[in-house]
Amino acid sequence: MKLQLRYLLMAGLVSTAVQAADNQDATLIAKGEYLARAGDCTACHSIAGGKEFGGGLAIASPMGVIYSTNISPDPEAGIGKYTEQEFADAVRKGIRRDGKHLYPAMPYPDYRGITDEDIHALYVYFMKGVKPVAEKAPETSLMFPFSQRWGMWFWNVAFTEDKPFAPRHSVPDDINRGKYLVETLGHCGSCHTPRGIGMQEKALNESSDKYLAGGELNGWPVPSLRGMPTWSIQNITDYLATGRNDFASVGGEMTGVVEHSMQHMNDQDLHAIAAYLKSLPADTPVINRRADAEQETKKTADYLTQGHNLNAGQMLYMNNCEACHWTDGNGAKGIFPRLNGGDVVIADNPTGLINIILQGAQTPSTPKAPSVMAMPGFASRLSDEQVAQLATFVRSGWSNNAPAVTPKEVTKVRESLAKP
Amino acid sequence: MKKINDAVDVIIVGLGWAGSIMGIELAQAGLKVRALERGEDRLNSDYAYPKPADELAFTKRHKIMQSPHDAAFTIRHNASETALPMRELGAFRLGDGVGGAGLHWTGMITRPTPVDLKMKTYADEHFKRGELDEELRIADFPVSWEEIEPHMDFFDKVCGSSGETGNLRGVIQQGGDPFEGARSNPFPNKPLEDSLNATLFRQATQEMGLHPYSMPSAAVSVPYTNPYGQQIAPCNYCGFCQFYSCLNYSKASPQTAILDRLKQFNNFDYKTRANVIRVEKHADGKTATGVTYIDENGDEVFQPASIVILSTFGLNNVRLLLNSSIGKPYNPITEEGVIGRNYTHQYGGGFTLFFDNLEFNPFATAGPTGTVISDYGTGNVETAQLGFIGGAKIYSSQPTGTPMAAAIKKGAPSWGSGWKKALKESYGHSMGVKLEGSNMATRGNYLDLDPVYKDRFGMPLLRVTYDYVQNDLRMLQYMKEKMEAITKHLNPTQYSHNILKMDSHFASSPNYVNTHNAGGAIMGDNPRTSALNRYLQSWDVHNLFVMGANAFPQNFYANPSAMVAGLAYWSAKAIREQYLKNPGPLVQA
Repeated sequence: MKLQLRYLLMAGLVSTAVQAADNQDATLIAKGEYLARAGDCTACHSIAGGKEFGGGLAIASPMGVIYSTNISPDPEAGIGKYTEQEFADAVRKGIRRDGKHLYPAMPYPDYRGITDEDIHALYVYFMKGVKPVAEKAPETSLMFPFSQRWGMWFWNVAFTEDKPFAPRHSVPDDINRGKYLVETLGHCGSCHTPRGIGMQEKALNESSDKYLAGGELNGWPVPSLRGMPTWSIQNITDYLATGRNDFASVGGEMTGVVEHSMQHMNDQDLHAIAAYLKSLPADTPVINRRADAEQETKKTADYLTQGHNLNAGQMLYMNNCEACHWTDGNGAKGIFPRLNGGDVVIADNPTGLINIILQGAQTPSTPKAPSVMAMPGFASRLSDEQVAQLATFVRSGWSNNAPAVTPKEVTKVRESLAKP
Repeated sequence: MKKINDAVDVIIVGLGWAGSIMGIELAQAGLKVRALERGEDRLNSDYAYPKPADELAFTKRHKIMQSPHDAAFTIRHNASETALPMRELGAFRLGDGVGGAGLHWTGMITRPTPVDLKMKTYADEHFKRGELDEELRIADFPVSWEEIEPHMDFFDKVCGSSGETGNLRGVIQQGGDPFEGARSNPFPNKPLEDSLNATLFRQATQEMGLHPYSMPSAAVSVPYTNPYGQQIAPCNYCGFCQFYSCLNYSKASPQTAILDRLKQFNNFDYKTRANVIRVEKHADGKTATGVTYIDENGDEVFQPASIVILSTFGLNNVRLLLNSSIGKPYNPITEEGVIGRNYTHQYGGGFTLFFDNLEFNPFATAGPTGTVISDYGTGNVETAQLGFIGGAKIYSSQPTGTPMAAAIKKGAPSWGSGWKKALKESYGHSMGVKLEGSNMATRGNYLDLDPVYKDRFGMPLLRVTYDYVQNDLRMLQYMKEKMEAITKHLNPTQYSHNILKMDSHFASSPNYVNTHNAGGAIMGDNPRTSALNRYLQSWDVHNLFVMGANAFPQNFYANPSAMVAGLAYWSAKAIREQYLKNPGPLVQA
């Protein structure tokens, strides 16, 4: 009997498409694939269970639903007919092959700074390394006046910069590599930079202190990434690679970013991103913590342990959360996030916390941390009033000192979740 | 018409602990591996808090257990009786679905001892001819302690076992079990905290000159990352272990310890609701060509494979072998044949102690919390004069705080308001002193196919012919005395016991004992008396490997999982390092 060991031989190869290509192409394709991951192209241009880069993802915007396009090399349904220049213009300027404008749901204002060299690798990858998908993605048809794509010309003039990436002088290469990844492919600003009146990112690079200063997105408070004073470079790197670190786990939109993009990046690049973020001057942090953290933590933990005369919020905590997050609110290192001093917990804006209580969260399975660990959502178990009581306790127990949460705020989040 | 799947290198039947171990070991070797699981897929997120905290669904209605609807067993005491189907799996309860028994186990990760592995040698050295009952069929495991220990050690790392080391490379350690086999490494994690009953038991046995130690636990005591990179959370002592999937990612299971990593391999996949009914053989009968299963639509599917791994529950492995006509069925009269011989179960039982003035807080517990003594384990006390071979561990654990399972004082009614009143009064005021005892194989206890009853696919059910062994009942009477002494030392308000008597007979239901079934397709050095060689390879069909406690020649007094997993790693190593290079019998008979 002969064993079929062909799989051993195939393990080292990326795909059959690669086999046909020559070595130079293979290197470029691999590089392009890596850059496409860094740019998180899959997240928007594929749907769950659909073919990769076939498009069709519905992106809700205030103007209506925008469908992502097919960017596979199919000549009819995809971008197979694009020349490299046309491809570059679409990615960097938001201009389609037919000259029409893309909507900035596609983060071309961020991609503007992608180098020619990287554009070339991306082009080779999308033309030769991606399987063509023959199905067309649904057409985007926004209401008037947004249906008039030419109008985007004015938007682009007003809100984008036609400048290449500018490295910072006299800093280590590591930081400039991080700056490049964050500003361009990573398009971190599209979530983490506050938006202006025209929905534009208020800053596209570090020249403004608005850049990466956080804000709100689809009801979630988005943390500032400037300097990240309470996180170390290692904490950030772990979080990006695995969706978790010693004290926090990923939730909301960022879950997909880790799953589709960041977990595939190499240690050096993740480290560079972390180093760059740490190099930005920090905002003045809002301090929703008590000064005597240790003593206050002990006070709450002792009180919960005694278990006498607990108020509604404390009782809800004991019955729903304590099993994993413990009486001291410190969770379990690397597994259950810390509530005591947790960034999402004590943020000024409580909607992120409310969101997680209602919906739960789940870590992605990454090569460095395969475990899929889920926090259940409590939407079906707790009323708005109970969620408010629970959130209020969690935000004020231990060392935490964040404002209370009202049932109205919970109702608002619950309603936003009910929408398709 | 029968469907045919694409061929794979390895087909694994059953995705519990053994299946997951074989899956990851062989996927890592680059082989194309597929697992077939009869039951449902089970994800950790399906059992997120507080879903498993439901005693009625999980303990009483066996939510994640094999249902008699899928495969019952027929049971009788001896060959002169007619076996009848179990309508409820009582005395033992098998897992079902992805994770198998590894999902609902209590998490006691106790190892056998070097003596357990060489019982025949031990018997020959310590008992004169004729001192032991004629019916016993004691045999040695065909592997040595030194061979298997590194694999149990690795499994300890996979689980994040929490406990006290008793014997580190031959040096006895303070606080651990001085009778355990030498460990190559200490426990990866510190033991769980003692609950009140464990503290009392520890204190009493210490005062009596015995050697208590913390129950080796697969519910981890601290946050832990295992060699596969999987994270296991610290146990929070919620009280839902046995029969439950852990709601806290704390108890090592295929889900928490292996499967998320395994699913990342592109050369691994698995199908659920795939009920394997037969291993198919090549015309020459010397190799398997694959397996036939019934899929979720009721269609018959052939799955070709170069290597077949049976890793269903031991009893189901035996049934598959018999239904596939692999190996000669055992005949208890002529003692010829190998499939079905040496079936053993395991003894439970104990004392229940009531203390009016103590509060035991039954909910602050984990399945494997507790303290143990091995002073009366096999080989740790000379028993030739007492007329038995074997032994037991004696322990106090508090595996669950669930009220329906709680002990009630003597004399209370068993239902209605009187029962409820008594339960309220008794709840939280009792502790157990329990035993887990070895079970010797005999000539007359065995497994075969039932001649009458069939499952819904028309395949004969497995018939269990089993009754308690006189040698073992004598062992239990000895243990009873020892336990009573400990009980009296603890000085409870009241106590009772349920230790078997010399005239007790096996009752298959409704009361649960444990799920530690062993034997039926045992490993050995001789193909005339064993079904599998020392690498768990079928003597008859060389590309068939069978994982599970079915391989144990007799049952020891430890929980089986550590040994089952150790053997799976041992077998996987032999497949990777020897079999792939040169497919054929790994042992020449």
